[in-house]
Amino acid sequence: MSELPPFIIYFIAALLVVATQGIVRKIIMLATPIVTAVYLWQNIDVGIIVTHSILNLDLTVLRTDKLSLLFAYLFCLASFIATIFALHVNDTKQHVAGLMYAGSALGAVFAGDLITLFIFWELLAISSVFLIWARGTERALNAGMRYLIFQVMSGVFLLAGSLVHYHNTGSLAFEHIGLETTAGWLILIAFGIKAAFPFLHSWLTDGYPEATVTGTVFLSAFTTKVAVYALARSFAGEEILVYIGVTMACFPIFFAVIENDLRKVLAYSLINQVGFMVTGVGIGTALALNGAVAHAFSDVIFKGLLFMTMGAVLYRAGNINGSDLGGLYKSMPKTTAFCIIGALSISAFPLFSGFVSKSMVMSALMVEDYGYLWLLMLFASAGVFHHAGIKIPYFAFFAHDSGLRPKEAPTNMLIAMGIAAALCIFIGVQPQYLYAMLPWEVDYWPYDATHVLAQLQLLFFSAFAFVWLNQRGMYPPELRSTNLDVEWFYRKLVPAGVRRVVILLGNAKEAAVSTAMAPMHSIRHSFSQSSIAKYHLAESWPTGSMVFWISLILAGYLLLDTFA
Amino acid sequence: MSVQDQKEHFFDKPENVKRVLRGFYVICFILVIADFIVHRHIGFSWEKIPAFYAIYGFIACVVLVVLAKEMRKVVMRKEDYYDE
Repeated sequence: MSELPPFIIYFIAALLVVATQGIVRKIIMLATPIVTAVYLWQNIDVGIIVTHSILNLDLTVLRTDKLSLLFAYLFCLASFIATIFALHVNDTKQHVAGLMYAGSALGAVFAGDLITLFIFWELLAISSVFLIWARGTERALNAGMRYLIFQVMSGVFLLAGSLVHYHNTGSLAFEHIGLETTAGWLILIAFGIKAAFPFLHSWLTDGYPEATVTGTVFLSAFTTKVAVYALARSFAGEEILVYIGVTMACFPIFFAVIENDLRKVLAYSLINQVGFMVTGVGIGTALALNGAVAHAFSDVIFKGLLFMTMGAVLYRAGNINGSDLGGLYKSMPKTTAFCIIGALSISAFPLFSGFVSKSMVMSALMVEDYGYLWLLMLFASAGVFHHAGIKIPYFAFFAHDSGLRPKEAPTNMLIAMGIAAALCIFIGVQPQYLYAMLPWEVDYWPYDATHVLAQLQLLFFSAFAFVWLNQRGMYPPELRSTNLDVEWFYRKLVPAGVRRVVILLGNAKEAAVSTAMAPMHSIRHSFSQSSIAKYHLAESWPTGSMVFWISLILAGYLLLDTFA
Repeated sequence: MSVQDQKEHFFDKPENVKRVLRGFYVICFILVIADFIVHRHIGFSWEKIPAFYAIYGFIACVVLVVLAKEMRKVVMRKEDYYDE
């Protein structure tokens, strides 16, 4: 039993990282997740509640149950892998941001009340944006700013919803909230922004591809998963989430197929995967919730792995556009192998991690008899394989030979990718360990003949479609392009509208001024023609000298006033 | 280019590509045959269609790609569209 909330360890480590350098700093960074995980293992049991009173406000900084603990272990693991991947980086601000970001995620999952949650919600936003800004390009600066606006807006909704909720119920407990009240809807929007609900998702596809090579790996792990955790806690079983989740799983795959920036393809597929989790939360049965949580667990690892492999390509080749890559398996064979393992995992290939978690959500849909939605999710599953499973490895490492022969990824990156790849296979082959950690009691086993055969048929014939389309020349080539998404509204439409209004107002002002000045001009003209115009005082003085004399008089007043 | 870059790699030989594809087609064929041997549990009535998952996977991906290609006509802009 302990009173110390685990996020403190991360925040202290962030301070130490500022003060240290070289090998000491690296040891601190690597030790932080390990120490935290051991601390969780040894001292934090299910059922702890630690509350501090600050300004008459009871803040529950530590509330543990199986759900929060599972996410806490996951975040330690994710930050450990991402830290190894980022070990070569010599940029204090990124390391501090990474530790603060992971720590905030831990703080959020252990928050027992909505105000504590709000504090960590905002810390997540502020710490993570530096991982985008650290890229240093103008695009990254702008994308980071847009990202931050969305994230802070989410916090505003959360705070507003919490206050209304407090007004209604007299409680700030971060428990099941539901959608019976306005407060519930406000909080759902707050969670929805961070979970990248449709129309609220563009911060993710806009921001993540602009982040640094290593920053995206951190980003992919925490924000959306904290949102999934929050949804599971407060809105489990709300049916609207099933429809939102299915939409999230389906629409991004179209964008992913035509997107050229391969990290942006992964950003779209991240939304698609979160769609499966949101659907699971919406169904709300024990099997579905376990599926949602288990899928969050495997997704953090395989999506992190895929972002790492694409990060390694960007780091070595200096480019991540499908149109400019190809043939990299020749010089980066290890990264290629790791990418294929990540691709098989996200595609839910039997014996890989995605299979054992995604199938729980699919089975839950079947048990609850959501026939047509199940068909749509099956479509989304085939689509994942198509864009993340085949397109990512194919266009980066195979396809036509780009002539690029970048060096294999640095050792620390290979180790990080290796650990993630090993975990993908381990979870896929030995799912009982993941299942044992799941919060709800469910007897589920993914490996039976029906299920394996069905999934293999689905995937192999999705691949067959790819081969067939490719050989007939029907597959859309990778093109250097931008594809319009929701962000068009605030990046083009609104600015264009504002610019129009500004120009219109400017013209109106000019017209008004010239109309008003016309009689003045004629008066001035007739004055200069008159006989008094030749006297000295009648000459026009520059305004500058007038301002000078007035300031002198004012200064005099001030002095008189001070010394009087 | 260095000597190492001149090396023939696995997929540089067209016969290797052919070999891999042939293996792939064989697996696809076996999976369809297996559908008639293995008894699948049926949850929804449409799962009774022979090789339902194979047919669905193939059609889903073709539809996905065709629709995405059409979508390009509406949403695709130049790479520096937002930078202008």
